[in-house]
Amino acid sequence: MDVKDGLVVKGVRFRNHKVVGDILQLAERYSNQGADELVFYDITASPEDRSVDRSWVNRVAEKINIPFCVAGGIRSIGDAEEVLNYGADKISINTPAINNPDLIDELAKRFGTQCIVIGIDSFEDGNNYKVFSNTGDPSKTSDTGLFVNDWIKEVQERGAGEIVLNCMNQDGVRDGYDIEQLKTMRSHTNIPLIASGGAGEMNHFKDVFHISDVSGALAASVFHKSIMKICELKEYLRENDIEVRL
Amino acid sequence: MKKKVAIIDSIGSNMASLIFALKRIDVNVEVTNGISSIKEASHIILPGVGAAKNAMMRLRQKELINEISNFSQPTLGICLGMQLFMNASLEDDTECLGIISNSCKPFENQKDYPVPHMGWNKVHFNTNSKLTKNLTDGEYYYFVHSYYVPICNETIGVSRYPNDFSSVIERDNFFGTQFHPEKSGLPGEKLLENFVNL
Repeated sequence: MDVKDGLVVKGVRFRNHKVVGDILQLAERYSNQGADELVFYDITASPEDRSVDRSWVNRVAEKINIPFCVAGGIRSIGDAEEVLNYGADKISINTPAINNPDLIDELAKRFGTQCIVIGIDSFEDGNNYKVFSNTGDPSKTSDTGLFVNDWIKEVQERGAGEIVLNCMNQDGVRDGYDIEQLKTMRSHTNIPLIASGGAGEMNHFKDVFHISDVSGALAASVFHKSIMKICELKEYLRENDIEVRL
Repeated sequence: MKKKVAIIDSIGSNMASLIFALKRIDVNVEVTNGISSIKEASHIILPGVGAAKNAMMRLRQKELINEISNFSQPTLGICLGMQLFMNASLEDDTECLGIISNSCKPFENQKDYPVPHMGWNKVHFNTNSKLTKNLTDGEYYYFVHSYYVPICNETIGVSRYPNDFSSVIERDNFFGTQFHPEKSGLPGEKLLENFVNL
């Protein structure tokens, strides 16, 4: 769930965000439908040079009884500690890790690798996959000059416990995950890799598990637009021999 | 009258979710280190995240070591809290509370089984217990841990990663779950309800 000004929003390829609904209502709905984990991105935190707006983190913890991850401008041990104390199980770092890679080591040492997720926004540029930063605000989004496979290697060495790979070209368009890219990047990872960007149909989920061999699949638009229910999707995946919690 | 649950505030920082989960099932919750308020509670929870050695040191500082093994109320250890009920942990060779004679061991990193063991995993109940009554065998619960309690006489729930380990234990009034019931959806909520109804 992309959060902006206290509401859940969703854009297409990281642009033109429209309001989807209330954070707590959606959190409760997806939790009841059988989501295994919820991820909240305060998408304008980094571009606006502030940390994640925390007022809702505690209220989410009050409502739901499944794990959740919070992202958005977490730049210090203090930021992370506050979010975790409010009830988040994991913190996800994207732009601040690019600006200060030592932050990954420091957070992993203090809180354990299990709660340190690194979000990577990958943009396909010709034959290269490049890491982009500040993706929450189109006017500030920039090419970091890093290649995705190099960055994956580095964040693992520094203590990341999980990687969420957002394939920007696929984001919000519901044409399917970037199976090839995810398969390639899977071969570079030895920690859980979560696919993100492009889910539109149930078979997209099946393919990303079967072909790309990812550990998890993240999706937003299909659930926001009620194209499928999480419980129905999970039944479909189980019928296709993918182990899921029902 | 509402049940009063004392959460021992010595180990780990993230207790918000546990407190909320207990409030959702309508019990009074007090987070405390004070032995008198712990003794007044109808139920006690020893949560825990972090390292065994540090946790034992903090319990010692609060003079709770001998008290805990003498608790007569239903007492639930969660995650590290359950591990501390053992004699010892191989994590920094730590002497633990000694309520159950067993010793915690580290998972070994293996292909497809990264450590920590993190995420949803199945729990199989191998005996009837008031703690696990009406829970469906083989349902998923949420785990985050690097050390585990080997199978022993007190094991009442078993999980696999890739070998079997104790995911629920019971000895007299002491219960433990390696998983986090407060993060385990409806089955976790039912288990907490069973606990406060003991």
